[in-house]
Amino acid sequence: MSELAMPRSWRRETKPHKFCPGCGHGLVLKALGMAVDRLEIAERVLFGCDIGCSLLAWDFFNLDTVQTHHGRTVPFIVGAKRARPHLIGIAYMGDGGGYAIGVQHLINAVMRNDRILVIIVNNTTYAMTGGQMAPTSLPGQKTETSPGGREPRTEGYPLRGPEMVASFAAEGAYIARGSVSHVQRLALFLERGLQNQIQDKGIAVVEALSTCPTNWRTNAEDTWKYLEKEMADYYPVREFVSPWKENNPRGVN
Amino acid sequence: MITNTQTLTVLWSVNKGDNMSNKYGNDTDSNIRPAGHGDRRAFMYGNEVVVRAALAAKAEFLYGYPITPQNEIMHYWSRLAPAQGGKFLQTEDELSAGFATLGGIMAGARSFSATAGPGTVLFQEPLSMAEMMRIPIVLIVQQRGGPSTATVIYSQQEVFLAIFGGNGEGLRVVYSPGGHQEMYDYTIKAFDTAWRYRFPTLVLGDGYQAKMREPVVLYDPEERGMQLQPAVPFVGGEGVPGVEREPAHWRNAFSVEEELFEALQPIIHDFQHAAPFLTEMEASDLEGAEIIVTGHGIVGRSAREAVRELRAGGVPAGFFRPLTLRPFPAKDLKRILDSCPRLLVVESAQGQLTKLFRIAIGGELEHRVEMYPYFRPGLGITAEEIAREVRAILGGERKEEARAAVSIL
Ligand SMILES: Cc1ncc(C[n+]2csc(CCOP(=O)(O)OP(=O)(O)O)c2C)c(N)n1
Ligand code: SF4
Ligand SMILES: [Mg+2]
Repeated sequence: MSELAMPRSWRRETKPHKFCPGCGHGLVLKALGMAVDRLEIAERVLFGCDIGCSLLAWDFFNLDTVQTHHGRTVPFIVGAKRARPHLIGIAYMGDGGGYAIGVQHLINAVMRNDRILVIIVNNTTYAMTGGQMAPTSLPGQKTETSPGGREPRTEGYPLRGPEMVASFAAEGAYIARGSVSHVQRLALFLERGLQNQIQDKGIAVVEALSTCPTNWRTNAEDTWKYLEKEMADYYPVREFVSPWKENNPRGVN
Repeated sequence: MITNTQTLTVLWSVNKGDNMSNKYGNDTDSNIRPAGHGDRRAFMYGNEVVVRAALAAKAEFLYGYPITPQNEIMHYWSRLAPAQGGKFLQTEDELSAGFATLGGIMAGARSFSATAGPGTVLFQEPLSMAEMMRIPIVLIVQQRGGPSTATVIYSQQEVFLAIFGGNGEGLRVVYSPGGHQEMYDYTIKAFDTAWRYRFPTLVLGDGYQAKMREPVVLYDPEERGMQLQPAVPFVGGEGVPGVEREPAHWRNAFSVEEELFEALQPIIHDFQHAAPFLTEMEASDLEGAEIIVTGHGIVGRSAREAVRELRAGGVPAGFFRPLTLRPFPAKDLKRILDSCPRLLVVESAQGQLTKLFRIAIGGELEHRVEMYPYFRPGLGITAEEIAREVRAILGGERKEEARAAVSIL
C-alpha cells in the first residue's frame, strides 16, 4: 500500500479511526505517519497526546504512546526527553491545550529550546467539549461561549502561536505552520521538525490548520472554504524559523 | 467595604441572628413551599437550573473554563445572563477561572464558577486562598469519573476533593443536592451562605444531575422572604486610602509559625460556630428501623426510593441523607444510629462518603455500629439494587462484609 493510503506507522487494527467524518485530525496524523516512516524512527518515538480530540489518537500508531492531561503533554514529553535523550518526543495537542491551559508550558519549553516536537492542531475551537471559543477562534466566529460571535474588543484577537514563539525562539529552533489542505507540505514540515530533534538542533513547534465540521456545523464544501480562505487568511501557512533554510535536503517549499 | 481590621468573629456574630440556613434545615418536607407570584414551573437540564438559580441569587459574573459535564452552565449563562446584566469571561484554564473569580469577588461582584474532575483539582489553589482569606467564592462542581481524565459522565468521587482538597483544614461548606429542585434551592443558598459566613461554598452535583431534565419550580428568593446577604467589596471602596480611610491590606502569607497559628484561630472558631447553623440532612422511616440506608446527592435519592419500596414490602428500613457534607450532620446521625446501629452506605465512589461517616460516628458508638458498604465508583446506582442489598444484609448474607467499610480507611 502506498504511503498516501496508510502510513506504515499507522496501526491497522485501530482503523478506521474514531474522528468524525471530515475531521482534520486524521490528516495531521497521516502527515505525521509519513514523516515518521521516511525517517525510520518508529523505534525511538514517544508519542504523547493531549486531552481534546487528540486523545482519540491514544492507540492510533504503532508507536509507544502516552495520553496525558489536558494541556500537559509538553511538560510530560519534556520530562521523558530530558531523562532519556535518545527518545524522539512528540507532543500532540489541540489549540485549547497548546495555547490556553498549556501555553505556559509551551512558552517555557521554547525558551529552554527543549529537543521535542510540539504539534498543535488549530481547529479554531474547543472541539472535544462541544465547540466553545478557543484562543484561535476567528473574529466574529460563533461558538457555544461566544454566541454573538467573537468580539475582539472584549475577547481579543486570535492568537498566532507560531509567530508568538518564533519571536523569542533560540537558535536552532524550527517553527512553522502547515495545513491539512496540503498534507504533503505538512508532512515535510513535520519531518523537518523531527530532524531538528534527531540532530539536536532545538525545539520544533508545528501548528496545523485543521477542520472540525462537527462543531463548525459546516458541510464538506463550507468546511474546506473556511479552512482555505478564512483561516489561511488570518493564519499564514509557512515556516517562521528554520535552521534548514540553507542546507536543506528537501528544499524549502 | 469589608476591611481587614474588622475581625471576622464580629462579622459572624452580627449575622447569626437572621440565619437562613435553618429555614429548611432538618426539614424533610423542604420541597413544599408557598408559591410566590413569580414562581414558574419548568422542565430543564440541571446545568440550566444552576444558571437560573445563580441569576435568581443576583450573581453578576461567571468566570469559567470548559469541562464536561458542566459546559452548559457556561453556555446558558452566556446566553441568558447578559439580559440581566450578567457578565462572562472564558479564561485560559481553571486556575485562571478560580483566581479571576476571587478577583471579581474582592472587587465586590457576586461571582462564581463551575467545574468538574481535573478542573476541580486545579481549583484547589484558588479555593485554599479563599479559605485563608475568607473570600466568599461559590463553586458548582458537576462530578465526573476519576482519577485523572477518566470519564466525562458521572461519579461521586470528588467528595474529598470538595472538602479536603486544599492545603489546610477543609474550611468550606459543601452542599450535596439530590435533584433539580434542590440544585436550584441550594445554588441560591450557596450564594447566601458564602457571603454570610465567608467560607468557600461548593454545590456538589454530578454529571447525571447536570445532564438530565426534570421538573423544577423557579422562584425569586426575595419574594419568598429570603434576604440574600449583599456582596460587599473588599477593595476599591470610597475615599482616598491612607487619608480618608484605611487602605485594604489583604494577605495569605505569614512569617512565623505563631503568626499563622494566631491568624487561624478566628477562622477555625467561626467555622465551628457556624457549623450547627449550616448542617442539613434528610431522614425518614426511622421508626422501628432495623437498618439505616444512606447515600448523598443523586444516590441519596435512590436510597430514599429503595427505603420506600422496602417499607411498602414490610421491610423495616430507615433513611438518612446528609445534605451538607461539610459541615457534616454528625449529631443527627448519632441520634439515629443510637437507636438503630446498622448502616448501609451507598455511594458511586470507593468509600469517600463512608469515611465521612466514620469520622462523624467516632467514639463509643463506632464499636456498636454495623456498617455495610455498597461502593460503585463511577457507576450509577438504582433503588432496586439498593433494596436487593438491604434484603441480603437483613437475611444475614453479608456478614463477612460488615465492617469491611472500616478497612477502606
Ligand atoms: C484541567 C482540565 N480542564 C478542562 C478539561 C476539559 N477539556 C477536555 S478537552 C478540552 C478542550 C479541547 O480543545 P482543544 O485542545 O482545542 O482540542 P480539540 O478537541 O479542539 O482537538 C477541554 C477544555 C480537562 N480535561 N481538564
Ligand atoms: S469534534 Fe471536530 S475535532 Fe473532534 S473528531 Fe469531530 S470533527 Fe474532529
Ligand atoms: Mg481545538
